[in-house]
This record gives sequence, C-alpha cells and structure tokens, in this order.
Amino acid sequence: MKLATVLACVALAACSQSAPVARNSGVYLLLDTSGTYRGELRKAEDVILYTLSRLEPADSFAVARIDTGSFSEKDIIAKTTFDERPSTANAQKRAFAQKVQNFIAHENSAKYTDITGGLLQAVEFLNEKGTGRKTILIFSDLEQDLEEGYVRDMEVPFKGFDVVALNVVKLRKDNYDPRQYTARLEQWRSQVEKAGGQWRVVNDLDRLDSML
Amino acid sequence: MSLNALLAITPWPVFSAIILVVLLIAVLYFARKTAHQAIRTASGALANALRVASHSLSIAQGRLAERNREVLLAAGREAKERVIEREFTRVGETVRKDLANYPHLHRGLSEAIAQIEKDHQGAVEVPPDPPGWIRAVEAVSKLEAKDGGSEVLADMHKSIVKAHKEAMEAYREASTERHELLRAMMPRWRDVQQLLTEVDKKAASLLTRSAGVDRHMQEYEQIVKREDKALSVLSSSSLVQFFVSAMVMLVALGGAAINFSLIARPMAEMVGGTSFIGVFKTADIAALVIIMVEISMGLFLMESLRITRLFPVIGALPDKLRVRMIWITFSILLLLASIEAGLAYMREVLLQDELATSALLRGGEMGVENGSLWITTAAQMGMGFILPFALVFVAIPLETFVHSLRTVLGLIGIGLMRALSLVLRVLGNGFRHLGTLAERLYDLPLFVPLWLESRLDQEDDDRGKAEPPVADLRPVRDLREVAP
Repeated sequence: MKLATVLACVALAACSQSAPVARNSGVYLLLDTSGTYRGELRKAEDVILYTLSRLEPADSFAVARIDTGSFSEKDIIAKTTFDERPSTANAQKRAFAQKVQNFIAHENSAKYTDITGGLLQAVEFLNEKGTGRKTILIFSDLEQDLEEGYVRDMEVPFKGFDVVALNVVKLRKDNYDPRQYTARLEQWRSQVEKAGGQWRVVNDLDRLDSML
Repeated sequence: MSLNALLAITPWPVFSAIILVVLLIAVLYFARKTAHQAIRTASGALANALRVASHSLSIAQGRLAERNREVLLAAGREAKERVIEREFTRVGETVRKDLANYPHLHRGLSEAIAQIEKDHQGAVEVPPDPPGWIRAVEAVSKLEAKDGGSEVLADMHKSIVKAHKEAMEAYREASTERHELLRAMMPRWRDVQQLLTEVDKKAASLLTRSAGVDRHMQEYEQIVKREDKALSVLSSSSLVQFFVSAMVMLVALGGAAINFSLIARPMAEMVGGTSFIGVFKTADIAALVIIMVEISMGLFLMESLRITRLFPVIGALPDKLRVRMIWITFSILLLLASIEAGLAYMREVLLQDELATSALLRGGEMGVENGSLWITTAAQMGMGFILPFALVFVAIPLETFVHSLRTVLGLIGIGLMRALSLVLRVLGNGFRHLGTLAERLYDLPLFVPLWLESRLDQEDDDRGKAEPPVADLRPVRDLREVAP
C-alpha cells in the first residue's frame, strides 16, 4: 500500500512540473525590398513556403518587409500562431501562403534599407509570443542604408535568438573589393554574437534543411 | 623519509643498503610469528565469511526450490483438476444424450425383433399331410383282378396323381409366401444391425473418453503424491508455456502498436497536438490509454466468461451479475471499437488534408484524385474496429504468462543462487590458499635466519637425543607447572 502511494506521488510529481517548458518555435522572416534586392523576392517565396511546411501546430510565424523605417507593425505582411489542431493549422498555412504570394506579386521597391529596425521588431514580436525557440531569418544582402534622421546605433538584445542570414548576394561593389562583402558579414556576425545570439549564413537555398 | 636519506645513514650507500636489509630481515624475522598469525587470521576470516555466505545461499536456494516446487505442484494440480472436470462434464453430456435416446432405441429394437419373430413364425414350413388312404390302396391291391380291383386301382391312381398335383401347387404357394416373409425380414435385420453399430460407436467413444480420464487421473495422482516425474513434466511444461505465451504476447504487442498508430494522429485533433505530459505528447498518452482500457475490458470480459481466472472475485460472482458484466464490458468494447473506427477514418481525412497542404507549399499541384482511396480508408476503419476485439484474446496468453512467470523466475533465481554459492565457495577456498601463499612469500626473504634456526633446532634435537631429559626426572614441586 505504501509502495503504491509512493509510486502515485512520484508519477504525479513527474506530471506536474512547476514551470511548463515551451516547446514551440517562433520564426520571423525579414524580406529586403530595396531596389538592389527586389529581384530576389521570388526566391523568398520558396523559403517562406518551405518554412511553413516545417512548422508545427502552436508555432508562430511572421513575415515582414525591410523598408525605410522597419521598426513598425505596419511592415508585417503576415503573421500567425498556428492552432493546436493539425487540420486548422493546415488551413492557416494555406491562407498564410496565399497572403505572401499576393504581397510578392504586388510589392514595390523601398528607397532605404533599415535592417536594424526590422531586427528590433522581430525581437519584440518573438519575445511577446514567448516561444521556446526563436529564429530570425534575414533575406537580404545585409547592406543597411538608413535615411537621415533614423537612429539605429544601438545593441539589439539577441540573447536566445538564432539569426540566419539567407541568400546574402554580392553587390556590384563587392565584386570590385570582396573585402567589403566579408567585412559586412563579419560586422553583422559580431553584432549578433556580442548581444548573445547565434549567427549563421545560408546562401545555398537548395539546402534549406539547415536553416531551421 | 626518502630512499636517498636512508642510503645516507653511512657514507657508503652500499653499506647503508646492506645494513638496512639486515635490519629489515631481522625485524621481519622477529615479527614472523605475529605476521603469520595475522595473515592466517585475515585469510581465515575472509574464507569463513565467504563459506558462511555460500552456505546461507545454499539454504536460501533450497527454500526457494521447495517453494517453487510447491507453486508448480499447486498450479499443476489446479490445471489437472480443471481438465478432469471438463472431461467428466463431457462424459456426462455424452451419457445424458445417449441415455435420453435409450428408450427410443429400445423400442425400435423391440419392435424390429417382434416383427422378425412374427415373420419367422409365419415362415415356418408346414409338413405335408400324411397319406390317409394308403391302407385302402393296400387292401384293394390284394383283391383279384377279376373282381375289378385293377379298375379301382387305376381310378385311385388317377385320384392320387390329381391330389398330388394339387398338394404340390398348395405347397409351392405356401413356400412362395414364406419366402416373401423371409425377404421382408431383411430390412429389419439391417435396422437392428445399424442400431447396434450406433450403440457400439457410442460405447467406444465413452470408452475412449474414460481412457483419457484414467490417464488424467493417473497424472493427478502423481502430482498429489508429489512424484519427481510429475514435477519434471510440470516444470518443462511451464517453460514451454512461458515461451509460447511470451511469443503470442509479442504478436499482440505488434497489434497494439498498429492500433496506436491508427488513433494517435487523430487524437491530436481532440486533445491538441502540442500539449505534453512529462516528455510525452498528451495525444499519444490518450491513444495509449484508450488501448489500455480496451485491453482491460477484454480481460474483464474473459474473466466474466470464465475463460481466464486472473481475478477470482469476478469468477465467484453470481451468474446473473456475471452475465450483466459480460454485456457491460462487451458494450464498452463495442463503443471503443466504433470510436476507433471513426478515428481511423479521421486519420485518413487528416492525412489527405496534410498531403494537399504539403503539395501546395511545395508549389506543386494538389494531386490526382485517387479512385481507390476508399479501399485504404475502409481497411483502416475495419482494422480500427477489429483490433480492439482481437486484443481481447490477449487475456489468455497473459494468464498463462503470469502463471508460468512465477515458476520461470523461481528457476532463474535458483540457478543464480546456485552459481553465486559456488562462486563464494571457490572464493573462500581461494582466500585460504592465498593466506598460505602469503605466509610462504613472507618467509622468502628470511631464508637465511630460517635456515640458521632449523640448523640450531636440529642440533638441539641431536643433543636432546644423546642426553636424557633432566626436567622430567625432577620432582614436581608446584602443581601449576604441569597444569595445562
């Protein structure tokens, strides 16, 4: 009798953990819509669809554009937290894909590129969702071009975030001086890692399985 | 103190080393007796402890073997009682059935025999009448021919021939009638023969059953008498049952796994796909619980039907309550099977939905409509409905497994204890011999003083032999000198 009581207590203790661990994932994809990168957006659609196929119920996903001032909810093209029921989550994925396809078909180029603002917005969104894993995907050439008056000289709190730069294309000037490309990547890497995040670059879009 | 410091006690290290060695040998020599005693005590204590442990294990193994024997005999006795009871029930059924038919059989036989007797009476040959007028013929034949005797005789001859002819015809008719009667007896004989063959068959069946009962009774007697032969048969039978039931349970486990995969995915629709209990998904646990409930209901159903006897409480319930329990457990099983069939259908629908979404996200077409899809859907639903009922029968191997497990665990325990006891005994003897070896190794560097000691002892012995012992001749002054 005593043994049964002890076993029951142990089982109950195992079941009722004090703090539930969040097992879901949150993904925030930043799309560069600047003139130098506008032509790459078709590839972004594939990345978004692939990400949708990898996400599970209760995961969160948002796609936002990078434009002149990206630290704004208005730049979020589509966002959702998938339902716990798989069938409803599938329906949400289909609707999400449709919304993104519409955006890519009708989007115009932005004059400036505020990547830091987009990253700040991403961090804020994912922290608010409180997901277990937080991933920020940056689909950009990583060339920041701020309009006068925008202050982005600050540290973004990347602790607990995976930041993945996708399809970082070489610009014309990089061809003249490849050191610029390397320096650009290095600058972002150090900025992310200094703030406690993890940095990765995936340029081969045929191998997206390493992205998430 | 380091070795260098020790070697520096004299200006010459070699000399220092020799002094040290001599000192060491002297110390070892003077401490020899105590050291030997210490080694002997230590090795003896270890050896004794191991021997006692081995002995205790042997006793425990004996007790376990006795206990196992009791369990085996009790299980065998119970099983045999069940078999004999069943055989007697069958014999009783046969006798009741045959005895119920016996009046009918008896009447049939009596009627057939009466009819045969009657026919037989009718078929008895009637002897022809003896000729009545032989004497008259003799008298006429003695008359003279002139007295007209010859004419009379001729007339008589004619009449006799005529009478003979009529008698022959009557006789033939009677014979034909008798033959007809005899022919009519044939089917009745056959009926009697058939009835007797039937009786013979039933009697033979009863005899065969009674031979079986005799055999079982003999085995039962052997078990009751606790004979070794019975024990050996029961032991091997128990092992066979253990392995066979384990194999069947493995097959059932496979069935349960398939059942689980059928309902786990749609369960996520009911309880959510992201909630966890511990490290397991709630949907998986819910599916597992449904399967476990099905197996439990199957167990109760089998118990209520008195096919298994894992819960004596259920078996001892009044018949009315037991029948109610059968219906209740069967209804719950039917309900769960229907739910599973529904979930299996839901699984197929979800799968199609997921495939369609994946195709869309891959940028492909929605896929061609498969006309034969209903076959897999129907098969899944059928499996979802049938598997819960199939799992009901797990109760039978489970009962056998549980019963034989006691014996098998006992046998394993006996084997382990026997092996451990042997190892402990060997270790005990080993320690004793190691003690002796350690004494010899201790003496090895002391060979010089020991040799000198043996020489001195020998000289003392030689001197002792040459002179008579003085001490023995002295008068005893104090009794304490000779006291032990």
